[in-house]
Amino acid sequence: MKQLFGFLLMILAFHAQAQQSLPSVNLKNLGGKTINTADIAKTGKPVILSFWAMWCKPCLKELEAFNENYAAWKAETGVEIVAVSIDDSRSVSRISPFVKSSGWEFEVLLDPNGEFKRAMNVNMIPHTFLLDAGGNIVSQHTSYVEGAEFELFEKVKKLAGKKK
Amino acid sequence: MKKQILFLALLTSLVVRAQQPVVNGSFQLDAQAYVTDAAIGITDSALAGQRSGFNGFGNVVINWGDFRAGMRYEAFLPPLRGFDPRLEGNGFANVWLNYRTDFAEITAGNFYEQFGSGLLFRAYEEWSLGFDNSLNGLKLQVYPTKGVVLKGVYGSQRYFWQPYTRNSRGLVRGLDADFNLNELIPERENAPWRLSLGMSGLSKYQRDADPIYVLPENVGGWAGRFTAGWGNFILAGEYATKINDPGAVNNFIYREGRAALASLSYATRGFGAVLQLKRVDNMGFKSDRTQLGNALDINFIPPLNRIHAYSLTGKYPYATQVNGEMGLQLQLNYKIPRNSLLGGKYGTSVAINFSQVNDIVRQPVNDTTPIGQDGSEGYKSKFFAVSDHVFFRDLNVEIDKRFSSRLKGVFQYMNLHYDIATLQGHAGEEAVEAHIGLADLTYRIDTRKTIRMEAQLLLTKQDLGDWAALMAEYTIAPKWFVSVSDQYNFGNPDNAMRKHFYTVAAGTNRGATRLALSAGRQAEGVVCVGGVCRQVPASSGLTLTFSTSF
Repeated sequence: MKQLFGFLLMILAFHAQAQQSLPSVNLKNLGGKTINTADIAKTGKPVILSFWAMWCKPCLKELEAFNENYAAWKAETGVEIVAVSIDDSRSVSRISPFVKSSGWEFEVLLDPNGEFKRAMNVNMIPHTFLLDAGGNIVSQHTSYVEGAEFELFEKVKKLAGKKK
Repeated sequence: MKKQILFLALLTSLVVRAQQPVVNGSFQLDAQAYVTDAAIGITDSALAGQRSGFNGFGNVVINWGDFRAGMRYEAFLPPLRGFDPRLEGNGFANVWLNYRTDFAEITAGNFYEQFGSGLLFRAYEEWSLGFDNSLNGLKLQVYPTKGVVLKGVYGSQRYFWQPYTRNSRGLVRGLDADFNLNELIPERENAPWRLSLGMSGLSKYQRDADPIYVLPENVGGWAGRFTAGWGNFILAGEYATKINDPGAVNNFIYREGRAALASLSYATRGFGAVLQLKRVDNMGFKSDRTQLGNALDINFIPPLNRIHAYSLTGKYPYATQVNGEMGLQLQLNYKIPRNSLLGGKYGTSVAINFSQVNDIVRQPVNDTTPIGQDGSEGYKSKFFAVSDHVFFRDLNVEIDKRFSSRLKGVFQYMNLHYDIATLQGHAGEEAVEAHIGLADLTYRIDTRKTIRMEAQLLLTKQDLGDWAALMAEYTIAPKWFVSVSDQYNFGNPDNAMRKHFYTVAAGTNRGATRLALSAGRQAEGVVCVGGVCRQVPASSGLTLTFSTSF
């Protein structure tokens, strides 16, 4: 009980300082290239960062909704989308054929051992973060229901507007 | 306890002196209140006095320059029904400190890691299943040049709440090297081909205290892997072997273990295909040779079949048979283009998935020793010989179709063969042959309000017979959801057991915080997350889930 108390105290002490930027973890993209996650935020554009897996139906629905709107969103705000798969070795080799056949236009990164997932404190998926052009996390949400993508895009527009 | 206070003090002092520490973390708790429900067999004696269950954890990660530190507090007071009772208790399950530069990274404390696809080594956790085989010790990663990663691990595995003491279980130590040739050779950075290679070695040490057998105290294993890409093709393979490792899992035979995985895939815009093959022979690997069940696993043999996302397609899930299996998996994805005859105005996606897993063929080592006799070599087995004994077969076809800007649907048919005697230990029971069909329709009322309906049907003559499931969900984006569902075992061979399993649930999402409440009956079954499965008992009562990240 004492341990729990100390732990809660620490969290209270730091709760005010929310996470600001992305931790640095080396992941591979679908082409086998190593990408450092800290670089995701260095595009100078707002970034939507979404954690998903092949077995997560709401995740696929959310990413499909993003993909349907991606060209229009990008043209309007310059937003980049990065989808991080937490599939383990069971399904990791099935991701590339699935993603390409679905025509997803955004970058997909592989996190088969959940290192980036843990560093970002992702417990339930889908878990989606919105980063501003400076790489700071400005909002995050878990789960996906139909239509949630429009509210997210309103936030993206605000970020893109603020920059100018 | 003292150590933890010391650690807290150290962290606090680090953080206080630091310029801009960044803190993030998460909480989750799952709580259940159980009620007796004689109709589905939940009586006072079945509950055994357990009226409630509580699983909770809190994670904090502190980032401070090149340092990162984390702690994970867990409480199982007592664990939810269906979780391992050895989880009962609370305390700091994980405490770790990590220092990282561009050249190297060192972690002290509890960590997770994986070599290749995990055939030889994988330390990971799956909270929703109560599984955690993290290593407590040291991990070193070195990045000597672009395209090369070297890793070393040393430590003892988590075993519920039991601290490691000398010889209480094995020690694990391993090395891994990974080479990405395109990144290693600068002028090949953008070559049309891509090639990466990797190799690992691992050994566990456990003292031999056996009164009968002379057991190997150091069990070594090796693995090699490659991934080669050319154009739209990718070919990948991994092979692992370990020396004799008699233990409870393989009935104390002295045979060497081996496992092989291979995959070939082709992907282009609108079409993707992948074929995966695997062979596993005596590859159970635990850091305590007396262990059985879901604890102290050093490696992970991926089950190659598809993980299903609906309740009835997921009712009979496959679990890897580490003592021997041969399997293949084929997945085809095709997107019928928009404005074509079959594609319609919005295009249609078709996914076909086939997987089958058979036993391997075993022959006696000599005329006098039965197959699998403890203390012997166990058996001989030809690499390419496949047994007629089918553990699992799944053929499924899924169509994702949008009908209009408001209506879309997922339709799936699945044909299943499931050897329940082997896979769930129901000795003597006939294998389940099932046809499963489902429709999942989503209708958007306006930009925020949506109704989703799921209808599923499972037809089988074996096990518990036929099932139907219906679900309706109403959501107001992005914050609210409410749902009602029922699973009805209308085909149960025992008339008295044709029961409904109804549930009502409601919840809210606020950013990364989620609160959900459900009430009703849960059918007995297997819950699988990310390829690891847990048997959950039938239950009745109230469930609360709260999770948040910050």
